[in-house]
Amino acid sequence: MNATGLEFSLNRVAAMVRRYWYLLISSWPRLLDLVYWPTVQMLMWGFLQVYVSQNSGYFANAAGVFIGAVLLWDILFRGQLGFSISFLEEMWARNLGNLMMSPLRPAEFIAALMVMSIVRLLIGMIPVTFLAIAFFGFNLWSMGLALVAFFINLILTSWAIGIFVAGLLLRNGMGAESMAWTIMFLFLPLTCVYYPVAVLPHWLQYVAWSLPPTYVFEGMRALLIDHVFRVDLMLEAFAFNVVLFGGAVFAFLKLLDSARTQGSLLQGAD
Amino acid sequence: MDVKSAPAIAVENLVKRYKTATAVDGISFQLASGTVTGLLGGNGAGKTTTIAMIIGLVTPTAGTVAVLGAQMPRQRYRVLHRMNFESPYVNMPMRLTVRQNLSVFAQLYAVPDEAARIASLAADLDLAEFLDRPAGKLSAGQKTRVSLAKSLLNKPDVLLLDEPTASLDPDTADWVRSHLERYRAETGATILLASHNMNEVERLCERVIIMKRGRVEDDDTPARLLARYSRETLEEVFLDVARGRDRQSEATR
Repeated sequence: MNATGLEFSLNRVAAMVRRYWYLLISSWPRLLDLVYWPTVQMLMWGFLQVYVSQNSGYFANAAGVFIGAVLLWDILFRGQLGFSISFLEEMWARNLGNLMMSPLRPAEFIAALMVMSIVRLLIGMIPVTFLAIAFFGFNLWSMGLALVAFFINLILTSWAIGIFVAGLLLRNGMGAESMAWTIMFLFLPLTCVYYPVAVLPHWLQYVAWSLPPTYVFEGMRALLIDHVFRVDLMLEAFAFNVVLFGGAVFAFLKLLDSARTQGSLLQGAD
Repeated sequence: MDVKSAPAIAVENLVKRYKTATAVDGISFQLASGTVTGLLGGNGAGKTTTIAMIIGLVTPTAGTVAVLGAQMPRQRYRVLHRMNFESPYVNMPMRLTVRQNLSVFAQLYAVPDEAARIASLAADLDLAEFLDRPAGKLSAGQKTRVSLAKSLLNKPDVLLLDEPTASLDPDTADWVRSHLERYRAETGATILLASHNMNEVERLCERVIIMKRGRVEDDDTPARLLARYSRETLEEVFLDVARGRDRQSEATR
């Protein structure tokens, strides 16, 4: 048997996905919760857009820019939350000790969390995209290839943040739980979800352009307002995402080592 | 070193220091394959930290731990599939049924024919009637048996148990001890057992390591410990060690 930490078993990833799937389907309120907030958000921003577009020539020409933004934001936010909640389930259940002394490798654990992040996201978002068509005539799916590029970049960022937060939880226990719920909100103003980067003070624009989602939201506005798909923005976002993801994995492994040194793997729920 | 004569667990000058405390302070011992050893000590003696270092959950400050020839935690993936662990400090996920929990761990450990293995353990540990009940709805004793079943899923060569019968009634506890004896006899597994139950240790263990304040205070067979301290039960020996009574003066009193 190959026994290095680098060995990767799809069977063990499947075991963890199976565990989270059992958990998800064991509670209908949790399933409902996946759809509830994205629906509320989409409706609120959709109606605001209807109102604003009736009173502003710019927004009349930028149909769907708010609804598009809120749906893409939800991919970013819910992607990270889906990753982090699955990880938190292990902390709440005090199951980390069992997992960390099993043959499960960190890379397999992370892969299972990424799969569950997509599963939870799809359960939550697909119905909402159809509601957006029904209520506001906004069809996210009509973005086609651009939507694929937006999705890949946003989900990569959400996983990178999720991996970093998981490392903090391993190292600091439940004291770091609030980070899982709130860290992504730092991205809300900085990545210019609802307004162009040009609105920011000049010095803050450098910060915004160092964050991959900024390129996605600028790309979405270019598509909806100017009807241009900016491939250059997507490639730049992807390059930043590769760096961000690599940094997050490195930080996770360092924090896991530190957790072993501090003895926090046995006291995850404390 | 001859692989057959190599100890299943070798602990050498093991130290674990945290910021303000030393949990384990330079302990050494070796456990031969196929033996059952009891790890005794009061609260804070360092038993759980020692076990955590043996399974690779905690990195030692100094010293070494080798399990089945692999250095822990650096080479842990060479042997984790041959080990398992049961402890009150970790739980099975509460909302999953017993069967779902055991299935997930069976898949993680690549147990062949997981359904048959779960059925066999359910019969051995009397879990069959609540296999499809959520783990969170079980009594403390039932949870302990499920946790024990999880620790036996992969038929481990090295089994570490932390208070395995702590919340069981005397009848069930006795039954679990019989199961552990049978398991060891059938598989030749090495078992390290941390316990406060002296009857359990006397019955199951051929060797007892007594820890106090992170150090090994004594290490011998139960019979020799009883003779050395001139006591009739291990509980009396334990109290002597815990209260710092000098064994020579006790013996000559």
